[in-house]
This record gives sequence, C-alpha cells and structure tokens, in this order.
Amino acid sequence: MEALARSLMNAVPLLAGVPLWAVTLLLIVAAAVVILVFALTFEGVGSLVLRKVAGDIQARIGPNRVGPNGILQFLADGVKLVLKEDIIPANADRLLFKLAPYFVFVGSFAAFVVVPFGVGLIAADLNIGIYYVMAVTSLVVVGVLLAGWASNNKWALLGGMRAAAQIVSYEIPVGMALIPAVLVAGSLSLQDIVRSQGGLLGIFGWNLFHNPFSFFSFFLYFTAAQAETNQTPFDLPEAESELVSGYNVEYSGIRFGLFFLAEFGDMFIVAALATACFLGGWNVPFFHAATLPWIWGNLLSLGVFLAKAFTMVLIMMWVRWTLPRLRVDQLMRMAWKYLVPLTFINLLGVSLWLLVFKGKGIPAMIASLFG
Amino acid sequence: MSGPADYIFYAAAAMTVGAAILVAILPNILYAAVALLFSFAGVAGLYVLLSADFLAATQVLVYVGGILVLLLFAVFLSNRISGGNITNPTHFRLPAAAICLVLFGVLSYAAVSTPFAVKRGVYLPTTADIGELLMTRYLLPFEVASVLLLAALIGAAFLSRPDRGATEKDDMREGKA
Repeated sequence: MEALARSLMNAVPLLAGVPLWAVTLLLIVAAAVVILVFALTFEGVGSLVLRKVAGDIQARIGPNRVGPNGILQFLADGVKLVLKEDIIPANADRLLFKLAPYFVFVGSFAAFVVVPFGVGLIAADLNIGIYYVMAVTSLVVVGVLLAGWASNNKWALLGGMRAAAQIVSYEIPVGMALIPAVLVAGSLSLQDIVRSQGGLLGIFGWNLFHNPFSFFSFFLYFTAAQAETNQTPFDLPEAESELVSGYNVEYSGIRFGLFFLAEFGDMFIVAALATACFLGGWNVPFFHAATLPWIWGNLLSLGVFLAKAFTMVLIMMWVRWTLPRLRVDQLMRMAWKYLVPLTFINLLGVSLWLLVFKGKGIPAMIASLFG
Repeated sequence: MSGPADYIFYAAAAMTVGAAILVAILPNILYAAVALLFSFAGVAGLYVLLSADFLAATQVLVYVGGILVLLLFAVFLSNRISGGNITNPTHFRLPAAAICLVLFGVLSYAAVSTPFAVKRGVYLPTTADIGELLMTRYLLPFEVASVLLLAALIGAAFLSRPDRGATEKDDMREGKA
C-alpha cells in the first residue's frame, strides 16, 4: 500500500503536500470499502441464487415476486433486515448479545483482505496469507459461542456449542488439506501460490493435477470446508428441525443480518481458497495475464477468478440441497476418524512426492518427455 | 522512529494492558474472557508492529481460536449455564498482591537490564526462518513439547471417560451399527 501511495503522490501533484501515511491510510480505507461493497453484494446476490437453486433442485419456482423473475428479492430482503425491529430478549446478556455478531462478521470479513482477485487485485498480499485466513476466521468461533450463550436460550446455546465444536474440529483437516498447495508453491502467500500454478501447461499447471495427493487434498479440503462453514450435510448448528435455527435464533433485524452475511462471506472465502490453492486462481490458461496492459490483465484475471469461485459456490449450494444432515456423533467421527488421518497421510504423500520428484508434478514430467 | 507507528504502538499497548486489567477485576467470568480476547488481539498487534507476522497470526490462532474457545467451553460445561450467575470471585488479596509485586519487580528488572538486539526499519518475512529453525536447531525442544502435549491429551481423554464397563458396551454398539 505504501508503494502504491508513493507512486500515486508522484503522479498527482495535488497530493504532494499530504503526508505519506495519510495517503496510505486513505488507500487502505478505500480498499476496505471496495472489498466490503463486493462482499455485501456477493452475500446479497448469493442469498437469492441460493434460494433459486433450492427452488430448482426441489422442483419448485423459488422467489419470483420482486422484479423480473424475482431478481430484486435480495434488495427487498436487505431493506427488510435493516428496518426490522432489533429485539433483545429480556433475560439476555445485553452486552455480549450485542457484541457477538460483530465478532462473527469481523472474523469472516477480515479473510477477504488476502483473497487474490487478480494479477494485482489483492488488498494486502501478506506473506502469511493462508495462515492469516486460518487465524482470523477463528474469531468466528468465539462470536458464535458468545451469541449462543448470551441469548439465554437452550436452543441457541446448544447450537452455539455444536457450532464451536464443529468449527474447531474441522479447522484441523481444513488447514492440513491446504498445506499441499503451500508445499508445492513454497510460500504461504496466496499470490505466490496462484503464480506457481501459471505457465504454459494451462489447466494442467493447477495444483489439482500436480500429483495424486494434491488431487485428493482438494476434495478433502472441500469436504472439511463445507463442514467448517456449517453447510448442509453438516449444518447441525442450525438444524431447523431440532434446534429451530441454532445460535442465531434470538437475533432479529440487522444483528441477524450480520450472521447471515458472515455465513455467505464464509462460503465465498472457502470457494476463493479452493480456487486459489487448487484450481489455478486467476491464471488465464496458456496465457500470461501479467504481460497485458495493467487494466486488461487485471480485468481478465478477475473474470477468470470470479468464474471459478462462483462455480465452486454453486457446487456448494448443489451439495447443500442434495444431501441429508448427519448426526452429531457421525459428524465428529467423520472429522476425527476419517478426515484428520486422511489429511495427514496426504500431507506425508505430498512431502514424499516433492522430495522424490524434486518438486515436479505429473503434467510437467509428461511434458518434459515430449521435449 | 516516530510517526503513526508510535501511536499504533501506544494504542495496541493500551489495549493489551487495559484489557488485562479488566480480566483481573471483572466479576463476570465471561466478560473477563471477552476482555482476554482484546488483550490477545493487542499482543498480536504488537507482534505485527515488530514485523513478526507469523507470530502474530499464531497468537490469534492459538490463543483466540484455541485457548479462549476452550476456556468458554469449560465455563459453559462446568456451571449451570442457563440463567446461572457465573462469577469470578477474588480470594487471598494480600498474598496475591505480594506475589504480583515480586513478579513485577523481577520482570521489569529483566526487561530493563537485558541488552535487546534492536533492528530498525527492516521488514523481512520470518516464516521461512522460523520453519527452518524449528526443523533444525530447535527440533528436539519442538518434539519434546509436542510429546508433552500428546501425553496431556491422552491423559485428558482417559480422565474424562465415564466408567470402563459402560464404554465397552458403547464401543460394541458402535461396532454393530
């Protein structure tokens, strides 16, 4: 950001008198606003698409009243959420009740900072990118637990406890399944990981096809991440039929809206990480987006990235409306008895592969056979 | 080095210390836990200012994502959670004050008299160096610590089992299902 601020100050003479840190701060705020607008738009449109997909899969029409084919439904929902009365139960712990949605939203939104949207489109290319995402999203657990407790409601508390147990358990396979991508790229920075999948191999440069273990890693990651975001085969914290709605049952108005937005934000983060770590990120196949003029390269790579990420989101929705919910003990058994050992074996496999074949993937080796 | 970084340092330090004081004096143990969260966040901010990015993320991941969640779990599970009054009472004020004073003296003496190697204005990623050191020079302490944690984990799992007979029955039922 500071480098960008410096170049901006050199380009615009009007800014010459302004201190560097002020321009930098302004740029940081601007980046945050852009990402917030993107996140909120995605979350709004995502909720509409989710309901439309649900309608299609369940052989019904879905929302179709607001605007042509119901495409403005999310705007109506947004206005409704903002205008609805904000109710705090009489016996709730008022301070924690008010605080909890912010923890959840901040934990989810902070992860957007390191999402590599394009060649140069990233708010902050931290060199601990993936690790940062794992760290800030752990704030969500605290928020969910506090929300469940502060509501002073048995369903909410049970939902909060389930959510926390689930997120904490599935954090391990999620992290372990992402490590193969880190190992192949040799960096935790998401931009470096995306760059390492570029080149002339096209889609065979993706980490997905790098070696058999990274191929399985992708599916392990996707399964575990589906659970970490409380999506349906694993949506026990919400479980409408048993817990009404789980930890957010007592929330109304915009406080409920924050939980809701965070849920969709998490969906996008999972899709974006899957895209960046295994599906080549913003790399345009057989083409170097970085060699184009700045604006075209970024637009092209942004389009490629969003297309992949949105496809992943659609697949998550498809899974969500297709599979029935697990039981709590099945959920925990799946995490600890299957996913955790499998991800460890995978990690060992990738490490051995990189050691034996000196970091080369199968497509690269096949390509080298043909000269 | 003066400028915005100084103000950020003072803000982070104030948050860390202020939240820590709240942890000690708040009667409601859940409020204390939330204050602890802000204290951890302040420490992470200090690490970021020292360009120890990996350490900052670890601080958040381990303390907020792990220890604080565990703490909340323990509070929820060990009290009458719905409607109960969860308190954080104060005992033994005088001995505690004496111990705190001694500890404060020792720590401040150590902090003032240690010649810390100060490195200014250089921002380099630390992750690779930390990884390499953990795998080479500090491999043994690292492994010993993990074995200790594993032993604690197994011990906790053993202690929290109900009684053996019931567990075996449960295992059999699970096997059939």
